[in-house]
Amino acid sequence: MRLSIPMTLGIAVVLSAGACASGPPPTPLAPVINQDSIDAAAAMRDSIRMSEEAVRREEQARVEERERVVRQAETEAAEAAMRENEMVREAFGSMIHFDFDRFDIKDEFVSGLEMKVMTMNANPDMQIAIEGHADERGSDEYNIALGNRRALSAKAFLVDRGIAEDRIGTSTMGESQPLVDESNEAAWQQNRRAQFEILGTENLVDPQM
Amino acid sequence: MNRRLLLVCGMITWWVGPLAAQVPVDQGVRIGITYAPGTRPGMLVLGGTSGTVTDSVRTILARDLDFSDQFEMIYLPGGDSLTIGGGESDAENFVNYQLYSALGAHYAVSVTERQDSGLSVDLYDVRGEVLALTAQLQLGGFDDPEFRQDVHRMSDELVRVAAGAVGFAATRLLWVRLGELRVVDSDAHGDKGLATAGKVYSPVWHPNGTNYAYITFPGNSTIHLGALDSGDLRTITDGLDGQDFAPAFGPRGNMMVFSRASGDGTDLYSYDLIDGCCLQRLTVGRFSDNLSPTFSPDGRRLAYVSTRSGLPQIYVMATDGTGQELFAPFDYGVTGGSYAPEWSPDGLNLAFHRDVAGSPQVFIMDVATRTVRQLTSAGRNEDPTWAPDSRHLAFVSSRTGSSQIWVIDLDTGRTRQVTMGGRAKLPAWSRLLNRSE
Repeated sequence: MRLSIPMTLGIAVVLSAGACASGPPPTPLAPVINQDSIDAAAAMRDSIRMSEEAVRREEQARVEERERVVRQAETEAAEAAMRENEMVREAFGSMIHFDFDRFDIKDEFVSGLEMKVMTMNANPDMQIAIEGHADERGSDEYNIALGNRRALSAKAFLVDRGIAEDRIGTSTMGESQPLVDESNEAAWQQNRRAQFEILGTENLVDPQM
Repeated sequence: MNRRLLLVCGMITWWVGPLAAQVPVDQGVRIGITYAPGTRPGMLVLGGTSGTVTDSVRTILARDLDFSDQFEMIYLPGGDSLTIGGGESDAENFVNYQLYSALGAHYAVSVTERQDSGLSVDLYDVRGEVLALTAQLQLGGFDDPEFRQDVHRMSDELVRVAAGAVGFAATRLLWVRLGELRVVDSDAHGDKGLATAGKVYSPVWHPNGTNYAYITFPGNSTIHLGALDSGDLRTITDGLDGQDFAPAFGPRGNMMVFSRASGDGTDLYSYDLIDGCCLQRLTVGRFSDNLSPTFSPDGRRLAYVSTRSGLPQIYVMATDGTGQELFAPFDYGVTGGSYAPEWSPDGLNLAFHRDVAGSPQVFIMDVATRTVRQLTSAGRNEDPTWAPDSRHLAFVSSRTGSSQIWVIDLDTGRTRQVTMGGRAKLPAWSRLLNRSE
């Protein structure tokens, strides 16, 4: 193995330094204990720690407060949305009634149906179900067909005003679900109806707000 | 003749006088149908040796014969009865034709126990003084589920021989109470609920007398097939294309026609039950509804309800949907809506109900002449269904307050109540039932 000249010199320097270190060691200084300065240092450390902790606590409280406010706002917003949902749902659930053995829409229910059109326009993803009902007169079986006609008639009104057909499901309950289970004209009037239900629980927008 | 019978005869001599004056006594041998309007043949069910089963059989037979409305039933005063048979002497087995005749009887029936523990049912032609029918009845006892139906079948045989008519004692009715499917014997006995897939509407018998179809309603409205002994069998339609209701079996049971309410309104569809295929739409009423089909007994025609003229009225067409025309005539703007048609088993009449001044009433149409007559007037009367004799109808009536199932005899107008309790709906009368093996 051949060493270059600088490498050889370097080795020599290291060897000479090792020769110097091998002399007698210096006498160590005896430690001087100053309790005051120790205490002062400790007090300083504590003070810093406490102040840091206070800052941390304040920061944490601020964060928690911020979160609480956000949460409350969220809750309030959710409650408001739910209230709005409920209001929209309830308004949309208003029934329409029919004359005996008829399924044409009576004038008095047109404005209510127009409102349903506005609601459906304000909520383009909204799907609905319409249920047709009959009173107990006629036959049980004919009333299935009549309830179906009433649901279809209400659907046709909405479709005529631009609501897509596939957003509206229809079914008939015939005379099986009377609102008032009595055999008189007042009860029959209540029982001849179409009911509207919003499907799903998405956020609903009230077109009037 | 024992002392007791002598006593009875004594009473009868005293009692026969005015009666004999009222009942016209025909001379000579009578053969075949003896019914004439106003004078039905007298029927006497004789007493005899007592025994729990024998007495029950006598009671069931007497009631069945009464319910057939083919006879004037003859009852002796004070619950006393004439006895025959079972005795050891000729005197005790003596058939006293003169006495029965004097009581107004044209026929007398005796039920006697035989040595082999069976029963012998004998039908005597009183005026002809001959034994018209003798039949052995081998009964399984009260525990046999077919016990009552066996006696009912015997009654139907007596009706056939004595009146030359079809009986309907051995039948059952399906009906609905608060969404529950129930079945009851024609004599109102043995009423019980049947297991179903949900609340029930539109029950209808398969022509075999053991299967039936119904729809679950409200809800999905699918057609189900059930069996009396095993409950639910299968669904026939899935309800995906609309709400299906009011099914009707073809007379051979291989075909079904039903009503489907969908986005197109309500129309009639036929379906092949054997191959489970070949759904065919029979009516296309974009602006009218077509529903409640009933087959003619030859299976060639369907009567049904259609709103094509405004109010629902009864129409008829061939089973393939061709030749649709008005069936039961009505006065436009005057006659109320007509509903729930059912073709009689003999094909001669159509029963349905029609609004009269706001109340449904049962009507009958003579199919040949298309003349319509109103049958009921008290209370609400609806959903008529024929007995196999094409002479009796069951229907729902509110004549005593709540809606119950009643039976009416078209010839005499006599009615009787079949169901009690909660509101009854939608009766369907079976064909004559054979003994189930």
